[in-house]
Amino acid sequence: MINEQFQHRHAAHCESGVASTLMSHHGAAMSEAMAFGLSSALSFAYLPFVKLTGFPLIAYRMPPKFILKGVAKPFRTNFRFETFRKPDEGMRRLDELLAQGKVVGLQTSVFWLPYFPEDMRFHFNAHNLLVYGKEGDDYLISDPVAEEPQRCAAADLQRARFAKGVLAPKGLLYYPETLGRTRVDADEIRKAIRRTVRIMLGPIPLIGVRGMRMLAGKVARLKADEYGLNYVGHIVRMQEEIGTGGGGFRFLYASFLQEAAEITGLTELNALAERMNEIGDGWREFGLKAVRMIKGREAFDPALLSGMLRSQADREAEFFKMLKRAVA
Amino acid sequence: MDIDAVPQEGNRTLGAHRKAVYARGADGRMVIVPSRGSEMDETVTVQAIERMNGLAEAARARALAGRSAPLEYWMYAKRMDVPLLSQVTGLWQWRIRRHFRPEIYAGLSHDVLERYADALGVSIEQLGRLP
Repeated sequence: MINEQFQHRHAAHCESGVASTLMSHHGAAMSEAMAFGLSSALSFAYLPFVKLTGFPLIAYRMPPKFILKGVAKPFRTNFRFETFRKPDEGMRRLDELLAQGKVVGLQTSVFWLPYFPEDMRFHFNAHNLLVYGKEGDDYLISDPVAEEPQRCAAADLQRARFAKGVLAPKGLLYYPETLGRTRVDADEIRKAIRRTVRIMLGPIPLIGVRGMRMLAGKVARLKADEYGLNYVGHIVRMQEEIGTGGGGFRFLYASFLQEAAEITGLTELNALAERMNEIGDGWREFGLKAVRMIKGREAFDPALLSGMLRSQADREAEFFKMLKRAVA
Repeated sequence: MDIDAVPQEGNRTLGAHRKAVYARGADGRMVIVPSRGSEMDETVTVQAIERMNGLAEAARARALAGRSAPLEYWMYAKRMDVPLLSQVTGLWQWRIRRHFRPEIYAGLSHDVLERYADALGVSIEQLGRLP
Protein backbone atom coordinates (compact mmCIF):
# COMPACT_ATOMS: atom_id res chain seq x y z
CA MET A 1 0.00 0.00 0.00
CA ILE A 2 1.30 3.39 -1.01
CA ASN A 3 -0.25 6.77 -0.55
CA GLU A 4 -0.21 8.04 -4.15
CA GLN A 5 -0.99 11.67 -3.39
CA PHE A 6 1.90 12.04 -1.04
CA GLN A 7 4.81 14.24 -2.11
CA HIS A 8 8.21 14.03 -0.50
CA ARG A 9 10.01 17.32 0.19
CA HIS A 10 13.61 18.00 1.10
CA ALA A 11 14.05 20.12 4.23
CA ALA A 12 16.82 21.48 6.39
CA HIS A 13 15.44 20.28 9.69
CA CYS A 14 13.56 17.07 10.45
CA GLU A 15 10.72 18.39 12.60
CA SER A 16 9.86 21.52 10.60
CA GLY A 17 10.17 19.38 7.45
CA VAL A 18 7.78 16.74 8.77
CA ALA A 19 5.34 19.34 10.09
CA SER A 20 5.17 21.36 6.85
CA THR A 21 4.95 18.25 4.63
CA LEU A 22 2.19 16.73 6.77
CA MET A 23 0.17 19.95 6.92
CA SER A 24 0.57 20.47 3.17
CA HIS A 25 -0.56 16.88 2.59
CA HIS A 26 -3.71 17.68 4.56
CA GLY A 27 -4.53 20.75 2.48
CA ALA A 28 -2.74 23.56 4.32
CA ALA A 29 0.08 24.34 1.88
CA MET A 30 3.02 25.49 3.95
CA SER A 31 6.76 25.95 3.57
CA GLU A 32 9.27 24.56 6.03
CA ALA A 33 10.22 28.12 7.02
CA MET A 34 6.56 28.92 7.82
CA ALA A 35 6.24 25.80 10.00
CA PHE A 36 9.42 26.79 11.82
CA GLY A 37 8.48 30.43 12.37
CA LEU A 38 4.82 29.88 13.07
CA SER A 39 5.66 27.46 15.89
CA SER A 40 8.19 29.95 17.37
CA ALA A 41 10.86 27.27 17.15
CA LEU A 42 13.87 29.59 16.94
CA SER A 43 15.80 29.72 20.17
CA PHE A 44 19.11 29.25 21.85
CA ALA A 45 19.73 27.00 24.82
CA TYR A 46 22.89 26.06 26.67
CA LEU A 47 22.23 23.28 29.18
CA PRO A 48 25.51 22.32 30.88
CA PHE A 49 23.85 19.71 33.10
CA VAL A 50 22.51 17.68 30.16
CA LYS A 51 25.46 15.81 28.67
CA LEU A 52 25.69 14.32 25.19
CA THR A 53 28.73 12.00 25.13
CA GLY A 54 30.50 14.29 27.56
CA PHE A 55 29.47 17.67 26.12
CA PRO A 56 26.64 19.97 27.16
CA LEU A 57 23.43 20.26 25.22
CA ILE A 58 23.58 23.32 22.96
CA ALA A 59 20.49 23.90 20.85
CA TYR A 60 19.49 26.63 18.43
CA ARG A 61 15.80 25.73 18.56
CA MET A 62 13.04 24.75 20.99
CA PRO A 63 12.75 21.15 22.26
CA PRO A 64 11.31 18.22 20.23
CA LYS A 65 7.54 18.22 19.51
CA PHE A 66 7.43 22.01 19.91
CA ILE A 67 7.06 22.55 16.15
CA LEU A 68 4.36 19.88 15.70
CA LYS A 69 2.32 21.32 18.54
CA GLY A 70 3.00 24.86 17.36
CA VAL A 71 1.72 24.38 13.80
CA ALA A 72 -1.42 22.54 14.91
CA LYS A 73 -3.00 25.42 16.82
CA PRO A 74 -3.18 28.09 14.08
CA PHE A 75 -4.95 25.54 11.85
CA ARG A 76 -7.44 24.60 14.57
CA THR A 77 -6.31 21.02 14.75
CA ASN A 78 -4.39 18.68 17.01
CA PHE A 79 -1.85 15.98 16.47
CA ARG A 80 -2.75 12.57 17.76
CA PHE A 81 0.34 11.25 19.54
CA GLU A 82 0.51 7.54 20.36
CA THR A 83 3.26 5.70 22.22
CA PHE A 84 3.54 1.97 22.87
CA ARG A 85 4.78 -0.26 25.60
CA LYS A 86 5.45 -3.20 23.29
CA PRO A 87 7.31 -2.87 19.98
CA ASP A 88 5.04 -5.29 18.09
CA GLU A 89 1.97 -3.28 19.13
CA GLY A 90 3.64 -0.15 17.77
CA MET A 91 4.40 -1.82 14.46
CA ARG A 92 0.88 -3.25 14.19
CA ARG A 93 -0.67 0.17 14.79
CA LEU A 94 1.58 1.71 12.14
CA ASP A 95 0.45 -0.92 9.59
CA GLU A 96 -3.18 -0.30 10.54
CA LEU A 97 -2.87 3.46 9.95
CA LEU A 98 -1.04 2.93 6.65
CA ALA A 99 -3.83 0.57 5.55
CA GLN A 100 -6.29 3.42 6.22
CA GLY A 101 -4.28 5.53 3.77
CA LYS A 102 -2.75 7.78 6.42
CA VAL A 103 0.68 9.33 6.24
CA VAL A 104 2.22 8.76 9.66
CA GLY A 105 4.94 10.68 11.48
CA LEU A 106 7.44 8.79 13.63
CA GLN A 107 10.05 9.67 16.21
CA THR A 108 13.17 7.57 15.74
CA SER A 109 16.81 7.21 16.70
CA VAL A 110 19.20 8.19 13.93
CA PHE A 111 21.69 5.52 14.98
CA TRP A 112 19.51 2.59 13.86
CA LEU A 113 18.38 3.96 10.48
CA PRO A 114 20.42 2.07 7.87
CA TYR A 115 19.94 4.61 5.08
CA PHE A 116 21.76 7.31 7.06
CA PRO A 117 25.42 7.77 6.14
CA GLU A 118 27.55 5.77 8.58
CA ASP A 119 29.38 8.85 9.87
CA MET A 120 26.13 10.66 10.66
CA ARG A 121 24.72 7.89 12.83
CA PHE A 122 24.81 9.11 16.41
CA HIS A 123 22.54 8.23 19.31
CA PHE A 124 20.05 11.02 18.79
CA ASN A 125 16.56 9.84 19.66
CA ALA A 126 14.38 12.69 18.41
CA HIS A 127 14.66 12.32 14.66
CA ASN A 128 11.34 12.77 12.84
CA LEU A 129 10.33 11.13 9.60
CA LEU A 130 7.16 10.21 7.70
CA VAL A 131 5.99 6.80 6.53
CA TYR A 132 3.73 6.87 3.46
CA GLY A 133 3.49 3.19 2.54
CA LYS A 134 4.75 -0.34 2.79
CA GLU A 135 5.97 -2.74 0.13
CA GLY A 136 6.66 -6.28 1.28
CA ASP A 137 8.83 -5.94 4.37
CA ASP A 138 10.00 -2.44 3.50
CA TYR A 139 8.48 0.78 4.78
CA LEU A 140 8.48 3.71 2.36
CA ILE A 141 9.95 6.65 4.16
CA SER A 142 9.94 10.34 3.54
CA ASP A 143 12.85 11.56 5.63
CA PRO A 144 12.87 15.35 5.35
CA VAL A 145 16.64 15.64 5.57
CA ALA A 146 17.12 13.25 2.60
CA GLU A 147 16.72 14.52 -0.95
CA GLU A 148 14.85 11.42 -2.15
CA PRO A 149 12.37 9.06 -0.46
CA GLN A 150 14.01 6.15 1.36
CA ARG A 151 13.18 2.57 2.30
CA CYS A 152 13.69 0.86 5.61
CA ALA A 153 13.22 -2.80 6.58
CA ALA A 154 10.67 -3.46 9.34
CA ALA A 155 13.21 -4.82 11.86
CA ASP A 156 15.46 -1.74 11.50
CA LEU A 157 12.56 0.67 11.76
CA GLN A 158 11.35 -1.11 14.89
CA ARG A 159 14.79 -0.73 16.52
CA ALA A 160 14.89 2.95 15.60
CA ARG A 161 11.41 3.54 17.03
CA PHE A 162 12.06 1.73 20.28
CA ALA A 163 15.58 2.94 21.07
CA LYS A 164 16.07 3.79 24.73
CA GLY A 165 17.87 6.57 26.57
CA VAL A 166 17.39 10.36 26.62
CA LEU A 167 14.23 11.38 24.71
CA ALA A 168 13.37 7.71 24.11
CA PRO A 169 10.68 7.70 21.39
CA LYS A 170 8.72 4.76 22.88
CA GLY A 171 7.45 4.05 19.38
CA LEU A 172 5.86 7.50 19.11
CA LEU A 173 3.71 7.95 16.02
CA TYR A 174 1.52 10.90 15.11
CA TYR A 175 -0.86 12.30 12.53
CA PRO A 176 -3.09 15.38 12.48
CA GLU A 177 -6.84 15.34 13.02
CA THR A 178 -9.10 17.21 10.58
CA LEU A 179 -7.87 20.75 9.99
CA GLY A 180 -10.23 23.52 11.08
CA ARG A 181 -8.77 25.92 8.52
CA THR A 182 -6.18 25.78 5.77
CA ARG A 183 -4.81 29.33 5.73
CA VAL A 184 -2.81 31.11 8.35
CA ASP A 185 -3.82 34.64 9.28
CA ALA A 186 -1.63 37.65 10.02
CA ASP A 187 -2.56 37.66 13.70
CA GLU A 188 -1.22 34.16 14.27
CA ILE A 189 2.07 35.17 12.67
CA ARG A 190 2.42 38.28 14.81
CA LYS A 191 1.66 36.19 17.87
CA ALA A 192 4.31 33.63 16.90
CA ILE A 193 6.94 36.33 16.38
CA ARG A 194 6.14 37.91 19.75
CA ARG A 195 6.58 34.52 21.37
CA THR A 196 10.02 34.11 19.78
CA VAL A 197 10.99 37.58 21.04
CA ARG A 198 9.94 36.56 24.55
CA ILE A 199 12.01 33.37 24.36
CA MET A 200 15.11 35.11 23.03
CA LEU A 201 15.00 38.06 25.43
CA GLY A 202 13.65 36.07 28.39
CA PRO A 203 14.96 36.10 31.94
CA ILE A 204 16.34 32.53 32.22
CA PRO A 205 20.14 32.71 32.14
CA LEU A 206 20.55 29.57 30.00
CA ILE A 207 18.02 30.41 27.30
CA GLY A 208 18.05 32.93 24.45
CA VAL A 209 20.53 35.78 24.33
CA ARG A 210 21.48 35.19 27.96
CA GLY A 211 22.30 31.57 27.14
CA MET A 212 24.70 32.76 24.42
CA ARG A 213 26.47 35.01 26.92
CA MET A 214 26.69 32.11 29.38
CA LEU A 215 28.22 29.89 26.72
CA ALA A 216 30.64 32.69 25.76
CA GLY A 217 31.76 32.77 29.40
CA LYS A 218 32.31 29.02 29.38
CA VAL A 219 34.32 29.17 26.13
CA ALA A 220 36.52 31.94 27.58
CA ARG A 221 37.44 29.59 30.43
CA LEU A 222 38.39 26.66 28.14
CA LYS A 223 42.00 25.59 28.29
CA ALA A 224 43.94 25.39 25.04
CA ASP A 225 43.93 21.58 24.97
CA GLU A 226 42.30 18.64 23.18
CA TYR A 227 39.15 18.89 25.29
CA GLY A 228 38.83 22.60 24.49
CA LEU A 229 39.12 21.92 20.76
CA ASN A 230 36.54 19.13 20.97
CA TYR A 231 34.27 21.47 22.92
CA VAL A 232 34.25 24.20 20.27
CA GLY A 233 33.92 21.51 17.58
CA HIS A 234 30.82 20.31 19.40
CA ILE A 235 29.31 23.81 19.33
CA VAL A 236 29.90 24.11 15.59
CA ARG A 237 28.45 20.63 15.01
CA MET A 238 25.23 21.55 16.83
CA GLN A 239 25.08 24.77 14.80
CA GLU A 240 25.89 23.58 11.28
CA GLU A 241 25.84 19.83 11.01
CA ILE A 242 22.66 18.86 12.83
CA GLY A 243 20.13 19.87 10.15
CA THR A 244 19.79 23.57 10.87
CA GLY A 245 19.81 24.89 7.31
CA GLY A 246 23.01 26.76 8.14
CA GLY A 247 23.88 29.34 10.78
CA GLY A 248 21.97 27.58 13.57
CA PHE A 249 18.52 28.03 11.91
CA ARG A 250 19.07 31.79 11.44
CA PHE A 251 18.81 31.58 7.62
CA LEU A 252 15.65 29.50 7.94
CA TYR A 253 14.15 32.16 10.21
CA ALA A 254 15.12 34.89 7.73
CA SER A 255 13.12 32.99 5.12
CA PHE A 256 10.14 32.88 7.48
CA LEU A 257 10.36 36.65 8.09
CA GLN A 258 10.13 37.30 4.35
CA GLU A 259 6.98 35.18 4.11
CA ALA A 260 5.63 36.87 7.22
CA ALA A 261 6.18 40.31 5.64
CA GLU A 262 3.96 39.31 2.72
CA ILE A 263 1.14 37.88 4.80
CA THR A 264 1.05 40.58 7.47
CA GLY A 265 1.86 43.50 5.16
CA LEU A 266 4.53 44.64 7.64
CA THR A 267 7.23 45.59 5.15
CA GLU A 268 9.70 46.26 7.96
CA LEU A 269 10.00 42.50 8.35
CA ASN A 270 11.82 42.36 4.99
CA ALA A 271 14.59 44.59 6.33
CA LEU A 272 14.70 42.50 9.51
CA ALA A 273 14.99 39.31 7.42
CA GLU A 274 18.08 40.85 5.87
CA ARG A 275 19.55 41.52 9.29
CA MET A 276 18.78 37.97 10.41
CA ASN A 277 20.64 36.81 7.32
CA GLU A 278 23.68 38.83 8.42
CA ILE A 279 23.44 37.34 11.91
CA GLY A 280 23.43 33.87 10.30
CA ASP A 281 26.60 34.87 8.44
CA GLY A 282 28.08 35.86 11.81
CA TRP A 283 27.41 32.35 13.15
CA ARG A 284 29.08 30.87 10.09
CA GLU A 285 32.11 33.10 10.60
CA PHE A 286 32.32 31.82 14.16
CA GLY A 287 32.17 28.24 12.82
CA LEU A 288 34.85 28.87 10.18
CA LYS A 289 37.16 30.47 12.75
CA ALA A 290 36.70 27.54 15.15
CA VAL A 291 37.41 25.05 12.37
CA ARG A 292 40.63 26.86 11.38
CA MET A 293 41.76 26.42 14.97
CA ILE A 294 40.73 22.74 15.03
CA LYS A 295 42.66 22.19 11.81
CA GLY A 296 45.70 23.87 13.35
CA ARG A 297 45.91 26.64 10.76
CA GLU A 298 45.54 29.14 13.54
CA ALA A 299 46.50 28.96 17.21
CA PHE A 300 43.59 27.93 19.44
CA ASP A 301 42.38 31.13 21.04
CA PRO A 302 39.35 30.57 23.33
CA ALA A 303 39.18 34.28 24.22
CA LEU A 304 38.79 35.24 20.57
CA LEU A 305 35.99 32.68 20.02
CA SER A 306 34.31 33.80 23.21
CA GLY A 307 34.39 37.39 21.94
CA MET A 308 32.73 36.31 18.70
CA LEU A 309 29.95 34.59 20.66
CA ARG A 310 29.47 37.69 22.78
CA SER A 311 29.16 39.88 19.72
CA GLN A 312 26.59 37.44 18.26
CA ALA A 313 24.66 37.76 21.53
CA ASP A 314 24.78 41.58 21.27
CA ARG A 315 23.58 41.53 17.68
CA GLU A 316 20.73 39.17 18.49
CA ALA A 317 19.71 41.22 21.55
CA GLU A 318 19.46 44.32 19.39
CA PHE A 319 17.73 42.40 16.60
CA PHE A 320 14.97 40.98 18.80
CA LYS A 321 14.28 44.39 20.34
CA MET A 322 13.73 45.74 16.82
CA LEU A 323 11.58 42.73 15.95
CA LYS A 324 9.51 43.35 19.06
CA ARG A 325 8.79 46.93 17.97
CA ALA A 326 7.96 45.77 14.42
CA VAL A 327 5.15 43.45 15.55
CA ALA A 328 3.96 45.46 18.55
CA MET B 1 24.40 33.66 2.94
CA ASP B 2 24.09 34.11 -0.83
CA ILE B 3 23.32 31.21 -3.15
CA ASP B 4 26.80 31.26 -4.68
CA ALA B 5 28.30 31.07 -1.18
CA VAL B 6 26.47 27.79 -0.41
CA PRO B 7 29.29 25.30 0.16
CA GLN B 8 29.59 22.61 -2.52
CA GLU B 9 33.16 21.50 -1.87
CA GLY B 10 31.94 18.16 -0.53
CA ASN B 11 31.88 16.47 2.83
CA ARG B 12 32.88 12.83 2.96
CA THR B 13 30.77 12.16 6.05
CA LEU B 14 27.62 12.93 4.01
CA GLY B 15 28.33 10.14 1.51
CA ALA B 16 26.24 10.75 -1.60
CA HIS B 17 23.68 12.78 0.35
CA ARG B 18 23.09 16.50 -0.04
CA LYS B 19 21.67 18.55 2.77
CA ALA B 20 19.26 21.43 2.49
CA VAL B 21 20.44 24.90 3.46
CA TYR B 22 18.80 28.30 3.10
CA ALA B 23 20.42 31.08 1.12
CA ARG B 24 19.58 34.40 -0.53
CA GLY B 25 18.90 34.40 -4.27
CA ALA B 26 19.71 37.24 -6.70
CA ASP B 27 16.29 38.83 -6.06
CA GLY B 28 16.93 38.91 -2.31
CA ARG B 29 14.46 36.08 -1.52
CA MET B 30 15.60 33.21 0.69
CA VAL B 31 15.40 29.82 -1.05
CA ILE B 32 16.24 26.25 -0.16
CA VAL B 33 19.42 24.94 -1.82
CA PRO B 34 20.89 21.41 -1.71
CA SER B 35 24.49 21.52 -0.47
CA ARG B 36 27.26 18.95 -0.89
CA GLY B 37 28.61 20.17 2.42
CA SER B 38 31.76 21.99 3.39
CA GLU B 39 35.08 21.55 5.08
CA MET B 40 33.56 23.16 8.17
CA ASP B 41 30.85 20.50 8.61
CA GLU B 42 33.24 17.72 7.68
CA THR B 43 35.90 18.81 10.16
CA VAL B 44 33.61 18.86 13.17
CA THR B 45 31.91 15.54 12.31
CA VAL B 46 35.24 13.81 11.68
CA GLN B 47 36.53 15.28 14.94
CA ALA B 48 33.59 13.81 16.88
CA ILE B 49 33.96 10.43 15.17
CA GLU B 50 37.71 10.27 15.70
CA ARG B 51 37.27 11.08 19.35
CA MET B 52 34.92 8.11 19.74
CA ASN B 53 37.11 5.83 17.62
CA GLY B 54 40.04 6.82 19.83
CA LEU B 55 38.10 5.77 22.93
CA ALA B 56 37.19 2.45 21.25
CA GLU B 57 40.80 1.75 20.26
CA ALA B 58 42.04 2.50 23.78
CA ALA B 59 39.42 0.09 25.13
CA ARG B 60 40.52 -2.52 22.59
CA ALA B 61 44.11 -2.21 23.78
CA ARG B 62 42.96 -2.63 27.38
CA ALA B 63 40.95 -5.70 26.41
CA LEU B 64 43.93 -7.24 24.58
CA ALA B 65 46.06 -6.64 27.66
CA GLY B 66 43.42 -8.42 29.73
CA ARG B 67 42.66 -5.32 31.77
CA SER B 68 39.13 -4.82 30.50
CA ALA B 69 36.31 -6.91 29.06
CA PRO B 70 35.47 -6.50 25.33
CA LEU B 71 32.18 -5.00 26.57
CA GLU B 72 33.95 -1.67 27.05
CA TYR B 73 35.22 -1.78 23.47
CA TRP B 74 31.72 -2.53 22.14
CA MET B 75 30.22 0.32 24.12
CA TYR B 76 32.50 2.89 22.43
CA ALA B 77 32.37 1.13 19.05
CA LYS B 78 28.60 1.62 19.12
CA ARG B 79 29.14 5.33 19.90
CA MET B 80 27.95 5.15 23.48
CA ASP B 81 29.54 6.00 26.81
CA VAL B 82 28.84 4.80 30.35
CA PRO B 83 26.02 7.30 31.13
CA LEU B 84 24.25 6.48 27.86
CA LEU B 85 24.69 2.72 28.21
CA SER B 86 23.33 3.05 31.72
CA GLN B 87 20.20 4.83 30.46
CA VAL B 88 19.65 2.28 27.71
CA THR B 89 20.17 -0.85 29.83
CA GLY B 90 18.74 0.48 33.07
CA LEU B 91 21.87 -0.66 34.94
CA TRP B 92 23.67 1.65 37.37
CA GLN B 93 26.81 3.30 36.01
CA TRP B 94 28.99 1.84 38.76
CA ARG B 95 27.72 -1.64 37.92
CA ILE B 96 28.62 -1.18 34.26
CA ARG B 97 32.11 -0.02 35.19
CA ARG B 98 32.47 -3.04 37.44
CA HIS B 99 31.36 -5.32 34.59
CA PHE B 100 34.34 -4.04 32.58
CA ARG B 101 36.59 -6.11 34.87
CA PRO B 102 37.19 -9.37 32.98
CA GLU B 103 36.85 -11.58 36.06
CA ILE B 104 33.49 -9.97 36.93
CA TYR B 105 32.31 -10.09 33.32
CA ALA B 106 33.01 -13.84 33.19
CA GLY B 107 30.47 -14.39 35.95
CA LEU B 108 27.61 -12.31 34.50
CA SER B 109 24.21 -13.94 34.15
CA HIS B 110 22.59 -14.56 30.80
CA ASP B 111 19.99 -11.96 31.70
CA VAL B 112 22.47 -9.13 32.16
CA LEU B 113 24.45 -10.14 29.07
CA GLU B 114 21.25 -10.04 27.07
CA ARG B 115 20.56 -6.49 28.23
CA TYR B 116 23.97 -5.39 27.00
CA ALA B 117 23.63 -7.31 23.73
CA ASP B 118 20.21 -5.75 23.08
CA ALA B 119 21.38 -2.24 23.85
CA LEU B 120 24.42 -2.52 21.60
CA GLY B 121 22.77 -4.46 18.78
CA VAL B 122 25.21 -7.40 18.85
CA SER B 123 24.85 -11.05 19.90
CA ILE B 124 25.94 -12.26 23.35
CA GLU B 125 28.64 -14.28 21.66
CA GLN B 126 30.06 -11.24 19.82
CA LEU B 127 29.95 -9.25 23.01
CA GLY B 128 32.41 -11.64 24.65
CA ARG B 129 35.22 -11.08 22.15
CA LEU B 130 36.86 -8.37 20.09
CA PRO B 131 36.00 -8.22 16.39
